[in-house]
Amino acid sequence: MQVTSRRFKEGAHDALHDKNIQEAFSKVKSGFPLARAKSASELPEFEGLRDEARDLKNHILENLDYYLEYFEEQVQLQGGRVHWCSSYAEAREVVLHICRDANAKTVTKGKSMITEEMGLNDYLSEHGIEPIETDLGEYIIQLADEHPSHIIAPALHKTKDQVTELFHANHAKYGLNERLTDPQALVNEARSVLRDKYVAADVGITGANFLIAETGSTVIVTNEGNGDLTQSLPKTHIAVSSIEKVVPTLEDAGLFLRLLARSATGQEMSVYTTFSTGPKRMEDIDGPANFHVVLVDSGRSDLLGSDKQDLLRCLKCGACMNHCPVYQAVGGHTYGWVYPGPIGAALNPHMVGLEEARHLPNASTFCGRCEEVCPVRIPLPKIMRHWREQAFETQVTPKPERWGIGVWAYFAKRPKLYRLMTRISARTLKLMAGKKGVIRKLPLMKGWSSVRDFPAPEGATFMDQWKKQQREGK
Amino acid sequence: MPSRDRIFARIRHNLGRGPVKEDAANLLRARIEGHVPHTIPKRTDISHKEQVDLFQVKAEALDATVTRISNMEDVPEALRDYLTAHNLPSRIKMAPDPALDTLPFDKTPMLEILRGAAAPEDEVSLTPAFSGIAETGTLCLASGPETPSTLNFLPENHVVVIKASQISGTMEESWARLRKKFGAGNLPRTINFISGPSRTGDIEQTLIMGAHGPRRVHILIVDDGPQD
Repeated sequence: MQVTSRRFKEGAHDALHDKNIQEAFSKVKSGFPLARAKSASELPEFEGLRDEARDLKNHILENLDYYLEYFEEQVQLQGGRVHWCSSYAEAREVVLHICRDANAKTVTKGKSMITEEMGLNDYLSEHGIEPIETDLGEYIIQLADEHPSHIIAPALHKTKDQVTELFHANHAKYGLNERLTDPQALVNEARSVLRDKYVAADVGITGANFLIAETGSTVIVTNEGNGDLTQSLPKTHIAVSSIEKVVPTLEDAGLFLRLLARSATGQEMSVYTTFSTGPKRMEDIDGPANFHVVLVDSGRSDLLGSDKQDLLRCLKCGACMNHCPVYQAVGGHTYGWVYPGPIGAALNPHMVGLEEARHLPNASTFCGRCEEVCPVRIPLPKIMRHWREQAFETQVTPKPERWGIGVWAYFAKRPKLYRLMTRISARTLKLMAGKKGVIRKLPLMKGWSSVRDFPAPEGATFMDQWKKQQREGK
Repeated sequence: MPSRDRIFARIRHNLGRGPVKEDAANLLRARIEGHVPHTIPKRTDISHKEQVDLFQVKAEALDATVTRISNMEDVPEALRDYLTAHNLPSRIKMAPDPALDTLPFDKTPMLEILRGAAAPEDEVSLTPAFSGIAETGTLCLASGPETPSTLNFLPENHVVVIKASQISGTMEESWARLRKKFGAGNLPRTINFISGPSRTGDIEQTLIMGAHGPRRVHILIVDDGPQD
């Protein structure tokens, strides 16, 4: 997927002035977080389970090679095939090769973030194979030729009216000419269009929420059932997954399942949790005859042993973005690559390069809500801080900013001088403000004062007031 | 170097070690084979009868509907009543499961019973469950020659028969049942955990039922007595 994270500031500016985006993303505030809080409060064991999940993920990462080998062995025992891919390019080629072997003209797809990372849809289209997204949200944005703006609600930024127009423009070829405006009617129409696609598809591609080492199973979690139709009707099922998704046992999957849906949507369980193991068995009368697991590394293994290894614990639930004031304000696309919100701010610099994504770790107020709600307790603010430091140290941060930070550091290291300077600034600002007590325009701080007034200091600094109070024995 | 080797080399290099040593590998293998559970929510620590009730409450909260009947022979009539009440077609695609084959469908001559995997034109399916999870009101269905999993997804209306004895507290107990039947480390091609009917929130975060899978899930609980 093309990276546009460099444009973060411009993108944020546009998003803040876009009525549709503002409406859609401000709705996030009242939906997901309240549902999560409710379901967490109904499970007294929730916080303890989060600790167990964090520790289990750490254990898995420390033994990742062992569990991956075990998983591979089990998949093969069950009659499936495992393909190892270092890079996106390799993974795209492997998937194309399997599709060609199956003489595929169309493939249906369940929701998968790794195939977004890989840019799989464009690649298949370029090679004459039509990919059809079947998750309703993914289907909508595929029609609009856009990318997801939320990892579990990809079409969050689309209004109902936009969906009406998209369906009207794209469904005429199926003889469906009515301009539908009722959400239920829109869902019904998508349902009937996609029904034929499931049946016609030669290959079904899904992602995986988990890989089970014990049984060689891949697991998908959905609410619509599209992933299940995708993987059970075509002759060939390809599950594409990144390598860190492996878990040792079915019981371990159970631990994560108690956290995943609750953290994401506030459900106790998503509607469908499906374990797929090998191809259909000899006597089975449905199911795919071929089962392939495509395992993609592409940067994951480089996080191991680094100060950002904790990112590999991510379950992709979306809780961090649901609770992020910056995400709610600027929307998903502004982040400029697959993962928006705090997880994107912490992960994307690694995946696409710090130079490209240098704004993202700054797109945070460090309010800490993301870490508070992360089911596997990823210290997202800490990782963003690491990136900020790294950007400064490797001179990715532009000169004026570096100079500014340098000046601040100079004074911060000299407390007496620092106090003197703050005393002078506080008084100057008070003078500038005059009687009104606010400053309309500040030199060098247009970013602030162009949209709001700057509250002027009262005159004395905190340290001065503190000392005064101490003297007076208060 | 092939990608597989490269990936493993990078993992080990970054973890600062070689391949997992034999002692450690034995421990990891034992951990896998031990099936050690994590913390189990206390809400399921109740009698079996209460678990069956909890299963019903939870399933209904997920927008599934539940009818309780006292024995398997009552399934055809309960099915007919459900279809009539919802004005649904009387043509049923039924899982070719011997347990369902013995049902007295001669009592309900208006029901047209077909057996096999699902086809796009099927509107109602009837399948047995493998087990039930009281904790969340979740059905567990296992694929097999007698239980094709397309029946769980293609038809708009899915009727599931489950015996009270198949219901237990947690997902972990379903794993134990599956291991007992298929052997540890082996699962059928598809295990479906189903918690209510299909839904989506993808249009303006409005909840709409029946996105791709069944719009309606109706569960017939056969009160056959204590747990298996």
